[in-house]
Amino acid sequence: MTIQHENKPKGLYPASGNVVGTERRLALNDDILMSIEKPVRYIGGEYNSVMKDLSKVSVRFAMCFPDVYEIGMSHLGIQILYDMFNSMEDVWCERVYSPWVDLDAVMRERHIPLFALESQDSVKDFDFLGITLQYEMCYTNVLQVLDLAQIPLNAMERGEDCPIVIGGGPCSYNPEPLADFFDIFYIGEGETRYRELLDLYKECRDQNLGRVEFLRRAAKLPGMYVPRFYDVTYKEDGTIERFFPLEEGIPETVCKEIVMDVTDTYYPTKPVIPFIKVTQDRVVLEIQRGCIRGCRFCQAGQLYRPVRERDVETLKKYAIEMLENTGYEEISLSSLSSSDYSKLRELVDFLIEECSKRHVNISLPSLRIDAFSLDVMSKVQDVKKSSLTFAPEAGSQRLRNVINKGLTEEAILKGAALAFEGGWTRVKLYFMLGLPTETEEDIRGIAELSNKIAATYFETVPKERRAGGRVQIVASTSFFVPKPFTPFQWAPQCTKEEFLDKAYLTRTAISEQLNQKSIKYNWHEADASVMEGVLARGDRKLCKVIRKVYEKGGFYDAWGEYYDNDRWLESMEECGLSVSLYTHRERPLDEIFPWDFIDCGVTKEFLKREWEKAKREEISENCKQKCQGCGAARFGGGICFELR
Amino acid sequence: MRLRIKFRKYGPVRYTGHLDVMRFFQKAIRRARIDVAYSNGFSPHQIMAFAAPLGVGLTSNGEYMDIEVRSIVSCQDVMERLNAVSVPGIEAISVKVLPDNAGNAMASVAAAAYTVRFREGREPVTDIAAVLPAFLDRKEILITKETKKGSREVDIRPGIYRLTMECPSSMEENPETGGSRSITLHMCVDASSGGNIKPVQIIEALLAEYGEQLQENALIVTREEVYMEEERRLVALDEIGIVC
Repeated sequence: MTIQHENKPKGLYPASGNVVGTERRLALNDDILMSIEKPVRYIGGEYNSVMKDLSKVSVRFAMCFPDVYEIGMSHLGIQILYDMFNSMEDVWCERVYSPWVDLDAVMRERHIPLFALESQDSVKDFDFLGITLQYEMCYTNVLQVLDLAQIPLNAMERGEDCPIVIGGGPCSYNPEPLADFFDIFYIGEGETRYRELLDLYKECRDQNLGRVEFLRRAAKLPGMYVPRFYDVTYKEDGTIERFFPLEEGIPETVCKEIVMDVTDTYYPTKPVIPFIKVTQDRVVLEIQRGCIRGCRFCQAGQLYRPVRERDVETLKKYAIEMLENTGYEEISLSSLSSSDYSKLRELVDFLIEECSKRHVNISLPSLRIDAFSLDVMSKVQDVKKSSLTFAPEAGSQRLRNVINKGLTEEAILKGAALAFEGGWTRVKLYFMLGLPTETEEDIRGIAELSNKIAATYFETVPKERRAGGRVQIVASTSFFVPKPFTPFQWAPQCTKEEFLDKAYLTRTAISEQLNQKSIKYNWHEADASVMEGVLARGDRKLCKVIRKVYEKGGFYDAWGEYYDNDRWLESMEECGLSVSLYTHRERPLDEIFPWDFIDCGVTKEFLKREWEKAKREEISENCKQKCQGCGAARFGGGICFELR
Repeated sequence: MRLRIKFRKYGPVRYTGHLDVMRFFQKAIRRARIDVAYSNGFSPHQIMAFAAPLGVGLTSNGEYMDIEVRSIVSCQDVMERLNAVSVPGIEAISVKVLPDNAGNAMASVAAAAYTVRFREGREPVTDIAAVLPAFLDRKEILITKETKKGSREVDIRPGIYRLTMECPSSMEENPETGGSRSITLHMCVDASSGGNIKPVQIIEALLAEYGEQLQENALIVTREEVYMEEERRLVALDEIGIVC
């Protein structure tokens, strides 16, 4: 491994006029920066961004979110890892995002290599390029990043001069569609094994053992999947026959990494503050990991088991520290289901008091609507301007039982009535179309539930108090995409035509309601949902497809305006692959899945039980009510060992 | 109590827009724990006003912002606190307490001074030194301003208060921006909301007269100062107020 650390001269440059100051050299010249949209995306230098002295650093890590800056900068996971790496004296972690299409074109035309924001040095000169995989439709952007960085797309073609390309995040729980492009996938939470991996890297480098030997040794560390040491054979029907390691000593299964003590671990109390407005433009306080609910469509709910809460005193301390270190005017709680955090009331009371002193707004997403949350919300937001959000996900109680969404119509209507009494007039409802076993009745249920909520408004609020008009109900549907490691991993996904029929049916049913004038209906595009389904449950054969799509000019596929369905279908066909093999069939219980070699803590047996219960329309109690024996107790902590 | 803060903007942060700089200061003021005054309501905001917005890509030695505070230790203290939580390239250089009757920074702006240089290799063929006197002797300099409603002709001559050229020998090359040694212009022009003139408009008008077109992105512009009008005289925005 010949990794060179060029010490670029960092002299004093005259800034402007006749004043001299230390100034960072930028990778892009003024002509380019003045000709593109939002040049600030590419200049770094934000408050709390970390600069280090290269002569004192021995590992350079480029951390990439393969989407535009405003999206990538909003991601808490990267902030945690950035903080963790930079707290290590010998490591300098810098940020990389996908250049937007305008700069992408310029960089290709002029052969400008992709650079990291802090040093503005070329990513290719780094030791590691870490790429977080948060959603399937970013896969073509992974290739964009590698390509612009002038790193061979195929991991097997990378020489000793290339960084080690390592993937992480939720999509790495089925890494196979990207297997060709990564040297390593880190399965699980990043806080636990990076130190070991970097030490191994330094050791291999010192001994000049080369890239492949480093990867071989890395493959034996817990949580590390190195695709080049595994092979797959397929049955005639295209499903997997065998998945196996190619060498002795390479583990057959890779178990996810998990932080058991989420209080005593890294937390980014000095997050980088972007100059431009980004999606998550506030202090984010992660109060717990995991979710007790076990909704059967939800991947995060299974992947991050068991639930682990952060200590409330530590959270209070972080909140104050972060507000002081950032100057943000808003703080938000983050978790899959904030209402389930056991010390929520104490935390929220504390925040309300501290934040009103500091003129800081509080935003509380993922709260269940009840008397407590309405009381809190009326204190922290302007009731007239804000809206209430319910996520029943399915229109009928029958289907809500199938998906194990423990939200009843009674609870929704009661919550809505309370809210209307409190002055709210806007309600947002989120549903999914195409859930397993769904019938026309279930779909009509969406319209009927929306109508009942509107009726509740007219029953609760007398005419004279209906200031300025009516209630606004916005019902939105997304199309259901079955995900690995969920009870629905065996379920068929609808075709595009079926999806669209369901959306039309929903629209018609809503238009037939008595209160239809109070209900607005939105639905998503169906094309991309089908392709997302292919990638989510896909195998290694899809690497070729992703590469083809990219070579035909496809990237930023998560952005509707750049997604080209024909390009994907064409590429599937050229690779001799059928969409329906991946999506439209119900998978048999004994089928070997591409992700079966990963052990996420939850057992396949448990998921099967849940799948069968779903078909019987039976619900499962949540982790606080009764243990379902999912398997996550083996990690030895969290909710599994708390008193119920 | 109202404070007028003068700051510089240079280096890579010159690519941040006006609104980004505002947002930057809103956070910096909190980080600095300055006892700033807030408006009422559910989304309280700091009471602040900025003078003339600076275009993206321009540097400045004289930007202004007024903030309303409830208390301060001293002007020096405010400046030190702000600079301690700032980023390279945004630097407060003076803080003064405004008299009660002073207009706000935004409304007061009458004129601005700029230093203009040409990027290496993009200097005009026209000998600016030779043609400048004739240009300034003109009674009328008409340019076409593009507005939302279409384009209209405007006379910019009354808005050019001062325009001089620096002798090349005293110049130093600027390696960072690739500035050319050849020409430096100093100008003071109308910056009021009704008659704002951009340095590039003047250079374009001057060259157009000799049939030359300014090359793309040819100018390196630094705003040096912003002025208000007082008793028919231009005074820098920080000439009023006291340091306490």
